[in-house]
Amino acid sequence: MTVPAFRMAGPPHIAPSGSVPAIMRSVLLALIPGTLAMILIFGWGVLINVLIAVAVALPCEALMLRLRNRPMEPFLQDGSAVVTAVLLALALPPLTPWWMPAVGVALALVLGKHLYGGLGFNPFNPAMVGYAALLVSFPGQMTVWLPPTIGPSGSLGLMDSLHYALSGSLRGGLELDALTQATPLDQIRTGLGLELTVGEIRTEPGFGLLAGAGWQWVNLLFLAGGAWLMHRRVIAWQIPMGVLLGLAVPALVFWTANPDQYAPPLLHLLSGGAMLAAFFIATDPVSAATTPRGRFCFGVGIGVLTWVIRTWGGYPDGIAFGVLLMNMAVPLIDRYTRPRIHGRGKPGPGTGERS
Amino acid sequence: MITRLFSFPGGLRLPDHTAPSTGRVLVRAPLPERLIVPLLQHRGDPCEPAVTAGERVRRGSLVGRATGETPPVHAPTSGRVLSVEPCPVPHPAGLRVPAVILEADGEDVWSEDLPPPWQDWETVSPEHLRQRVHEAGVVGLGGAGFPTATKLRAGAKPGIHTLIINGVECEPWISCDQMLMLSRPQDVIEGARILARATGATRLILALEEGRTACLDALRRAMDQGPGITLELAAVPARYPAGGERQLIQTLTGREVPSANLPPDMGFLCQNVATAAAARDAVVLGRPLTSRVVTVTGNAVAAPQNLEARIGTPMHTLIEAAGGYCGTPERLVMGGPMMGFALDSDRLPITKTSNCLLVGDGALFPAEAPAMPCIRCGACAEVCPVRLLPQELYWHARSERPEPARDLGLLDCIDCGACAVVCPSRIPLSQYFRYAKSELQATDRAHVQAEQARRRYLLRQDRLTREQQAQEERRRRKKAALRQPATNRSPDPKAARQAAIQAAVERAKRKKAGAGGDGNDPA
Repeated sequence: MTVPAFRMAGPPHIAPSGSVPAIMRSVLLALIPGTLAMILIFGWGVLINVLIAVAVALPCEALMLRLRNRPMEPFLQDGSAVVTAVLLALALPPLTPWWMPAVGVALALVLGKHLYGGLGFNPFNPAMVGYAALLVSFPGQMTVWLPPTIGPSGSLGLMDSLHYALSGSLRGGLELDALTQATPLDQIRTGLGLELTVGEIRTEPGFGLLAGAGWQWVNLLFLAGGAWLMHRRVIAWQIPMGVLLGLAVPALVFWTANPDQYAPPLLHLLSGGAMLAAFFIATDPVSAATTPRGRFCFGVGIGVLTWVIRTWGGYPDGIAFGVLLMNMAVPLIDRYTRPRIHGRGKPGPGTGERS
Repeated sequence: MITRLFSFPGGLRLPDHTAPSTGRVLVRAPLPERLIVPLLQHRGDPCEPAVTAGERVRRGSLVGRATGETPPVHAPTSGRVLSVEPCPVPHPAGLRVPAVILEADGEDVWSEDLPPPWQDWETVSPEHLRQRVHEAGVVGLGGAGFPTATKLRAGAKPGIHTLIINGVECEPWISCDQMLMLSRPQDVIEGARILARATGATRLILALEEGRTACLDALRRAMDQGPGITLELAAVPARYPAGGERQLIQTLTGREVPSANLPPDMGFLCQNVATAAAARDAVVLGRPLTSRVVTVTGNAVAAPQNLEARIGTPMHTLIEAAGGYCGTPERLVMGGPMMGFALDSDRLPITKTSNCLLVGDGALFPAEAPAMPCIRCGACAEVCPVRLLPQELYWHARSERPEPARDLGLLDCIDCGACAVVCPSRIPLSQYFRYAKSELQATDRAHVQAEQARRRYLLRQDRLTREQQAQEERRRRKKAALRQPATNRSPDPKAARQAAIQAAVERAKRKKAGAGGDGNDPA
């Protein structure tokens, strides 16, 4: 018998179970129901934003990898740039000129990701870096939303949307103002400023049974996608539950105390980007806390900050700032929430620091 | 008896893969013509060779002498010693240790100087039982190879209340303990009771994995027979690393062994089922450890099975007995896929700690993919049975100075490898950790050595000062002594010369008498 030549390798001698591309693929799959709902309700503009963002993301990623002398293939195929692009695109208003998603994604990947060292090293959520940069630079365009419609009647057709995305103006000399409508969160802010009660504001058009018409379905479908990710154990429960509790509990307390001045918890949970943020944005592992308790604290922080900004802040939705602020707190959170090691007493913050 | 179970943190469900090797009955492996019996098959130092080239031995004859805690090594069959020389042994670092090369004569007769069998071991004192286990060369057969008698003695001091017999083979593919329990349930149980007597334990638990119904039935039928204390059977969930010592103690009793302590400090002692069976053979039959059950399996082995093999049998003999290779064998692993190590040759011998030979092709052992950066997903922390944060340890483990990893509990890592299996970035975490741990341990050793050197230096300084002081003291006295006679001496120099001459004459006389000058005379 011939003596076979055996290869040497260190343990464990077992095929690893997951991979980064597989995680990213699952996230993209879980985004599909909510995204389809957004296209259906807010029109083709949503799809156009997603496609532009992805089309810009890949060359950006490639360029940065080339500049940083990193291997192209594994990193272009990891899917992380696509996820960032899709998340940013879904956060943008449905009707935007093409350069908005383009600039946003470029900022997200160049500033938010690669200048910090690329995949795994960015302290801030890249999609939210891009979003926040757009929000503070172009507040006008970033707060203009189309009214929710189901079916082709109300919203713009494919060609009209494409025309607007490429030229920045509508066909047939239509003014944008004639089409757009404030988001429910915006309506509440404005209404409260006019000394209306929440109950009165909710009788205005644009509100549905649970929250904003249309918005409620988008949020419920993102919730469904997120639940599937949790079930598949792609994401842990701590961050989404933390975000939702952090948003719902203060809302519940203030709404119970004064239902005229404060929006009910359900409206908060099903408005704006709440579910998208809780299950898809805040759960970006790179920029989130990693200890089990830390993840929960991180989520709660985002939820509370979002509620505070929505209620008293200057922006209609506070998710991007909530996420970015909590990103800054991650090293601290991780340090103080270390689990107790088996067979040891309570943990201290120790001296272990990320070097 | 139903044992209440608890849970340990983390863990991982792994595919079982024991079906191929448990489908065939446990048989004796063929006796090879030439055996290589390493003199180091346990934790510690090698034993002294007790034979020389050309000597004839019989099965059970002493070939490696026990010294202190070092257990002896015995001849696995009868034959002639060809040589005693350093040989490569199965070891992660390709170590060579002194080994006795034995040419089997095929008669396979037992030695005549075996100790007497003790069928009535309940009347033998625990100290004598421990001594017998030591003399039979029994070590931990689960893979660690810790001398069993040392463990029993260590347990005797603080007092053991619970003895756990570990039959939980949580690693995939390995089935040697399962097959041993299935084919020799009475011996395993008798061994467990002997060990309980040797330690003074009042509670005896035999733990195995859930779903091993055939084993469980065999043990149930056997457990009511024979002398000794009652035995509890516990079927623990098949979650890797359920068979880890600290994890098993927690599962069975709900108690955590403090990080700074060993299980015996808390009154727990764990022994492998195969160790129990070996202890039984040593006590009841008076036979030393000369063979063990080895699982030969993997998708590149034609007929996976368990074999009772003599210690020192070359691995290729066992693989041939299991139908030889099939397909394209690429990797040979001794132990399980999680904690075992790859070997570069199948000519190495089986030792007391060889529980499994796993041979697989490229499909079973895919080539290591290039690692991606850590995305901090925390999957590693979720499966860590020690509740460490591998994603944080990793930053320090890969740096030049792994010291901060100590504060994060790196030295508590049990090398189970669960983190590396779940890492989506394919980072070889356990390899980083093993390396960083060895660095930290080296630093510790260096510290201890530096401390010893410092103490030696201080002692030497002390001694030198004392010597110098003593010397000065002597010189001072001498001076004083010289000065004193000067004042007392007779002023007559003639008398002094006379005395000196007188002394010289006496010296010469003594020399003549053969007494020899003793040189100490004041000149």
